[in-house]
Amino acid sequence: MTPVTEHDDILELGGARLHSRLFIGTGKFGDDALIPAVCAASGAQVITMALRRVDLDAGPANLMAHIPAHMVRLPNTSGARNADEAVRIARLARAMGCGDWIKIEVVSDSRHLLPDGYATARATETLAREGFVVLPYMNPDLYVARSLADAGAAAVMPLGAPIGTNRGLRTREMIAILVEELDLPVIVDAGIGKPSQACEAMEMGAAACLVNTAIATAGDPVAMGRAFGQAVAAGRAAFLAGPGAERRRASASSPLTGFLGEAGAGAGGAVPGEAQP
Amino acid sequence: MSFADALAALYTPETARAIEAADEAAVLRALERRAPDEADLAALLAPAAAPHLEAMARRAHETTVRHFGRTIQLFTPLYLSNYCTNGCVYCGFNTGNRIPRAQLTPEQALAEGRAIAATGLRQLLLLTGEAPARAGTDYIAACARLLRPLFPSLGVEVHALAEADYRALTRAGVDAMTMFQETYDRELYATLHPRGPKRDFAWRLGAPERACRAGMRVVNVGALLGLAPWRLEVFATALHARHLQRRHPGVDIAISLPRMRPHAGAWQPAHPLTDSELVQAMTALRLFLPQAGITLSTREAPALRDNLVPLGVTRMSAGVSTAVGGHTGGDPGSGQFEISDPRGVDAVCAALRQRGYQPVFKDWEPLEHAHTARRAS
Repeated sequence: MTPVTEHDDILELGGARLHSRLFIGTGKFGDDALIPAVCAASGAQVITMALRRVDLDAGPANLMAHIPAHMVRLPNTSGARNADEAVRIARLARAMGCGDWIKIEVVSDSRHLLPDGYATARATETLAREGFVVLPYMNPDLYVARSLADAGAAAVMPLGAPIGTNRGLRTREMIAILVEELDLPVIVDAGIGKPSQACEAMEMGAAACLVNTAIATAGDPVAMGRAFGQAVAAGRAAFLAGPGAERRRASASSPLTGFLGEAGAGAGGAVPGEAQP
Repeated sequence: MSFADALAALYTPETARAIEAADEAAVLRALERRAPDEADLAALLAPAAAPHLEAMARRAHETTVRHFGRTIQLFTPLYLSNYCTNGCVYCGFNTGNRIPRAQLTPEQALAEGRAIAATGLRQLLLLTGEAPARAGTDYIAACARLLRPLFPSLGVEVHALAEADYRALTRAGVDAMTMFQETYDRELYATLHPRGPKRDFAWRLGAPERACRAGMRVVNVGALLGLAPWRLEVFATALHARHLQRRHPGVDIAISLPRMRPHAGAWQPAHPLTDSELVQAMTALRLFLPQAGITLSTREAPALRDNLVPLGVTRMSAGVSTAVGGHTGGDPGSGQFEISDPRGVDAVCAALRQRGYQPVFKDWEPLEHAHTARRAS
C-alpha cells in the first residue's frame, strides 16, 4: 500500500474533492454575520444548515446570504420526526436551490434528540434513489450503518455524544468499529466539545468531523473555528502517519527473549532496551 | 397513568411541605446532578435555594446555550376575538367585564397578519376568548388558512378543544398549541372560574395531551403565576411538561412563565412573585428540563426581560398588542391584560443583539408548501 501524504489527501464525497475534513454548521450563533469569518478561519468547505431556519423572504437577514459561495451547502432535515418528513424537507431543500446534498436528521425524541435509525434508513433509501448525496446522522450502531450503506448513503455520520452536549467521544468504541467495518466515510457528528476531541476522532480514522455547537457557542467562534480546523488537520495527519500502537504501560523492548540471537545466548541476562513508542 | 391521576398524587400539602423543607445540602446536590429528578427539582424550588440563585443561573445559562445557542425565537400574538362566556375572575375578557367586544373576520385577521408580517415576524399565535358559537374551530381554522402563507409557524391559544378539533386545526396549518392550566390547584381553580365552560378543570388539564395526539409539533404549558403559591405551581408545571415529553417524545414541549399583571377590573393576584422568585422558577425549570423551550411574554418589563434572556429563555413575544384589531389601528376592543414591554420588533431585536443574542424569526418550514418552494438566488 502506498502511503498517502497530507498533500494528496483528498476526501472525495458526492462529487466534491475536499481538502478540509472539518464540516461546520450554522446553528446557535449569536450573530449569523460571523459565519463567513468562521468559514475562512476554520478552512471548512462544507457547511450544514437547517432548512427550517432558511427564509428566502428575509432578504439580507436570510441565513443563506451569510454562506460564502465556495462552501458546499449541506442542508439538514432538522425538525423531521419521521422518514416522510425528512424526505419532504430534502425535496424542499433541493427545490429551494440548496443543492443535492442532504444530511438526514430524523429525531422523534425531544428530551435527548437521539436519531431514529430505522426511519433514517428508510429516508436514505428514498433520497439516494432520487439522486441525493445522502449523509445520515445516526447512532453508531453497526447494523444501522450497514443498512444505511445498503440504502445508498454517501457516508455515515455517527454521534460522538448526544447532540449539543459537548461531552466528547462517548461512543468511541462503537465509532471505532464503524471505521473498521465500513467502506463508507465515517464522519463524526454531534457531541464534540473541544478541538482535542475532534483530533482524537481523526486519529482513530474518521474521515471528517462535523462541529457546530462547540464553535458557534464559543466565546470567540472565529478563533474556535480556526482551532478546530487545525485539530482536525493534525488528527488526520497523525492517522496518515500511522500512530504507534497503544500500550497500557512502558515496555522494555524484549525483556524475556532479548537473549535470542545474542552471542553466547544464555551466558548473560537480557539487557532491557528502550521503551517502544 | 393519566396526568390528572399523577397530579392528584403530587399537588398535595405534603409536597408543598417537602419543597419548603428541602435543605441546603439537597440544593447543592441538585446543582451537581446531570439529570435532576423530582427531589432535585423540589430542592431547586425551595427557599433554601434562594442563596444559590447565581449558581443556578450559571448552570441554566450554560445548559441553554449548549442546547439552543445564543438565539431567541420571536413571535407575536394576534387576538382574533375577545368575546367570552367565562367568568375567570382575573381576566380582562371576563364575561362580566363591560368592555368593548370585537371579533375579526378572517379577512380582517389577514389584514392584521399582513401588518405583523411587515415587521419581519414569521411566528404567530392566534388567540380568542371562549365563545365557541362565535369563535369556534371552523372560524379559527378559516383564519389559520388565510394566515398560513404569511407565517411558517402558527400557534393557537384558545379554549380547550377536543382531539378532533385540534386535528382540524393542524390540517388548517396550525402547528403549535398553548394551554395554560392557570392553576394546578383544583379547588382554587373552581373558585377562580365560577362561570362558563372553563369550569371543567379536567377537560382543560387534558387539552395539551389531546393536542399532542392530534399532531401538533409544539405544545406549550404553564401556570398563571400569582394565583397560587408559586413553588408548587412550578413543580406541577414541570411534571406536567415531563409527563407530556415522555408520552409524546416527538412533540416539542415548552413552558411559559406568565406572571399576573394588572388588568381591567379590581382583582389582584393573591400570591405575587418577586423578580428573584421568577428567576428561581425559570432556572429550576431549565435544569430539570434542559431541552424544553421557555417562553417569556411582554407581561414583563423591558429591562427585566433583557436580563432574563440569558437565564433559559428560548422564545419571546415582541411588537405585542393584546387588543382585537390592535395591529391595524382600527377600533380595537379592550386588551386581555396590560403589557409591560411595548417595544416594537426592531427595538427587541436591537436589545437582543446588544446582549450577543440573535433573534430568530423562522424555525419551521411548512411541508405542505413543498410545491410552492422557490429557488434561492
